[in-house]
Amino acid sequence: MKFSLYDFSSFTAWIDSSLRASMSPGWAVAVEMILIGIAILIFYAIVGLFLVYAERKVCALMQNRLGPNRVGPGGVFQTIADLVKLLFVELVPIKNADRALFNLAPFIVIIASFMAIGAIPFAKGLQAIDLNIGVFYLIAISSMGVIGVLLAGWASNNKYSLIGAMRSGAQIVSYELSVGLALVTMVVLAGTMQLSEIIEGQRWGWFIFKGHIPAVIAFVIYIIAGTAETNRGPFDLAEAESELTAGYHTEYSGIKFAFFFLAEYMNMFIVAAIATTVFFGGWMPFHVYGWDGFNAVMDFVPPLIWFLVKTFFVIFLMMWLKWTFPRLRIDQLLTLEWKYLLPINIFNLLLMAFLVLTGLHW
Amino acid sequence: MNSFIEYFRGIFHGLRSLLNGLSVTGKYFVKPGTTVTQQYPNKRKDLKMFDMFKGEVIMPHNGKNEHKCTGCGICEINCPNGSIEIISASIINEEGKKQRIIDKHIYHLGMCTFCGLCIKACPSQAIEFGQEFEHAVFDRRKLTKVLNQPGSRIMKGVE
Amino acid sequence: MEEAVKAPVAEQEEYVINMGPQHPSTHGVLRLVVSLRGEIVRNVEPHIGYIHRGIEKMCESITYPQIIHLTDRMDYLSAHINNEAVCLAVEKALGIEVSDRVKYIRTILSELTRIQSHQLFWATFGMDLGGLTCFFYGLRDREMVLDIFEETCGGRMIVSYNCPGGLMNDIHPNFQNRTKEFIKYFRKTLPEYDRLLTGNVIFQERLRNIGTVTREQAIAWGLTGPVGRASGFSCDVRKHNPYSAYDRVTFNEILYKEGDSFHRYKVRMDEMWESMNIIEQLIDNIPPGAYAEKMKPVIKLPEGEYFQSVETARGELGVYIVSDGNKNPYRVKFRSPNFVHLAPLNLMSKGAKIADLVAINGSLDLIIPDIDR
Repeated sequence: MKFSLYDFSSFTAWIDSSLRASMSPGWAVAVEMILIGIAILIFYAIVGLFLVYAERKVCALMQNRLGPNRVGPGGVFQTIADLVKLLFVELVPIKNADRALFNLAPFIVIIASFMAIGAIPFAKGLQAIDLNIGVFYLIAISSMGVIGVLLAGWASNNKYSLIGAMRSGAQIVSYELSVGLALVTMVVLAGTMQLSEIIEGQRWGWFIFKGHIPAVIAFVIYIIAGTAETNRGPFDLAEAESELTAGYHTEYSGIKFAFFFLAEYMNMFIVAAIATTVFFGGWMPFHVYGWDGFNAVMDFVPPLIWFLVKTFFVIFLMMWLKWTFPRLRIDQLLTLEWKYLLPINIFNLLLMAFLVLTGLHW
Repeated sequence: MNSFIEYFRGIFHGLRSLLNGLSVTGKYFVKPGTTVTQQYPNKRKDLKMFDMFKGEVIMPHNGKNEHKCTGCGICEINCPNGSIEIISASIINEEGKKQRIIDKHIYHLGMCTFCGLCIKACPSQAIEFGQEFEHAVFDRRKLTKVLNQPGSRIMKGVE
Repeated sequence: MEEAVKAPVAEQEEYVINMGPQHPSTHGVLRLVVSLRGEIVRNVEPHIGYIHRGIEKMCESITYPQIIHLTDRMDYLSAHINNEAVCLAVEKALGIEVSDRVKYIRTILSELTRIQSHQLFWATFGMDLGGLTCFFYGLRDREMVLDIFEETCGGRMIVSYNCPGGLMNDIHPNFQNRTKEFIKYFRKTLPEYDRLLTGNVIFQERLRNIGTVTREQAIAWGLTGPVGRASGFSCDVRKHNPYSAYDRVTFNEILYKEGDSFHRYKVRMDEMWESMNIIEQLIDNIPPGAYAEKMKPVIKLPEGEYFQSVETARGELGVYIVSDGNKNPYRVKFRSPNFVHLAPLNLMSKGAKIADLVAINGSLDLIIPDIDR
């Protein structure tokens, strides 16, 4: 077995072959699935906790505050302490709530984000499943979370929750379009929907540079729509703290609330990871054609690090948006989508197609 | 055509205003401004209250355990919510005259609104505001304080 | 909007939600019973009285100097101005002319109070609209004003600095320097507020043409202060009926015609600039003199009725005292701006959306303890 930080495919292949050697192929696949599930679960928890902490520190810096600074050095263990607290919080039973749906909702939200993570390529060979319709799969899966939100709002037997859920439904259904079209624009450029090939196509220049202006427009639209899809930032109408107290998760407490909370941060991670993959070359280091020395230096940094750095950069952009802007109203939200983002997006798609057909991209 | 131009002007105008807002928060992210947060229990020693700070009402005593309170009760009358109770006694002084002195100057910190009327009204400047602010206690009775120290006497020359 | 009101009877099912008494946007214990149709507000019914303490009744059993510690707790963001109103009324009744020094200091402190109140308005208004960063910038800058108060008055919010006949104590030697430092700092920081929030396209879209009140309506409902002036109702007491040292300074009365939420906000932003101008005119010229007139130990007002109105950060505060010659007032009535401003909330928010209701509520800048008293 050869373990390398630069190429995980031989490592995963070794696990696969050694498992197949000791058991029947069916069992081997089952064991692999369980291993991947555990790995994603651990990753999920770590990234979720880290993102909560990062968000609190970033917003503290922007707001001239100190942020968490009591638990551990610089408050790094604050989110772990919060999680432990959430685990011990009473799960309040809600009168006249639809018990089954009420309990089901957080799982749907979290499962949707779980499934999306499976398709994201973290490094070469470090990808649970490399579908040939990867982009399509991600678009489809990421819109499943809204079902959980709608169920949560409906089942809580709370008027604020219901309004929040309805807003969330309207919002995600509309912004799904923009996310899809922005990604389709890039698919036109890449010529494939398979995520590993999209990354391979960016070896000599990330798509945001390769695609000129249409790619930049697509990126801006994707960030806006992606923020809206995660119910964050200026688009947090479903939660709308000052209007609907906490929106669809008003009635949730303890670990069920933690699920919603974690899912929000994971969705942010997923949106950023897709943006990284499609616009910034995923785990592909920054290469310039012809500068071999420079490229070698860039290659020295492991792809996993490249991927995480780019992803956290996009996440930082989303945090920056959230901590600067006031919230939109529901009609403005829909106006922005249907009157601005969608027409621009369609036009942008045409522009990109023109660009690709004339070979103006590199 | 005009509305078309308006449409794009609106987009660019909006984007510019948004970037303006981002530049403010971005500036503070890169170059943090003044943080006004007090790191209270850690920096407790450096914490200095302003001279005029109204922490609690105190009655200063000098080295010989003497205070200036004559027990006249003006502060009690001036207090809007009855935070001050004066229990006075009368003694025979050295000259053989009957004199009214303070027995207990009771101060209910829990009821005080720190309006300062007692201190303003005191004719002999016997009471003033102290700087102490850590008043949290587990027992409410501890907030009822006797301001004159046990065995204290009135200062010479204060009428 | 119109359709919502004129919908057929079958569609007029009401979805009633309770905003408050515990709700993040009502800034205290105000309860709004909101009837909705989808997102659209059809009726708002404010319920007040959750923090009623009977201040007017309590005033009848205490002496005039003691009223100060109750007015502090009415509109706690303009505590100093409330106190000033009572003191001016008592001084007027007794025919006392306070020294110029007192007048100047009172004016400076009033304007500082106005600035800090508007800063908090800006902070919480931004938060109501979902921009959480404003909250901390506003509080950061307000801290400097509160430090000035604490150094001179001894209290940060509940200052209790006025008393009939003057002030409780003289200003701190640092007062002038600190105030000038603050003005210098704030002149640089205030444009940042504009960049972060005022110019923002989302912010403007949220507020323009929301909760519009015409000039006639403003006068009919008795809206004063920034709310009235945003509708073009020239009602600044400082200008029309000057008290303290306001007749010796030049400043503009901010007037807008539009009367919507955005211009209510704009009036307050501009007023901060004007307040800084007023302070700058006075801060170097505080004349020497007594900080308080010699008063009798027990203040008794001659029999009669006395009225004094001042301009607080929120509008016109009237103090009406009926005296029967005793040391306690016979009756005290406060005409608080907040109570009046709450009344047209239904008028403003009918047909608007829930988010607009929050914005309108925020733009009125209500202080609930002042409504209930």
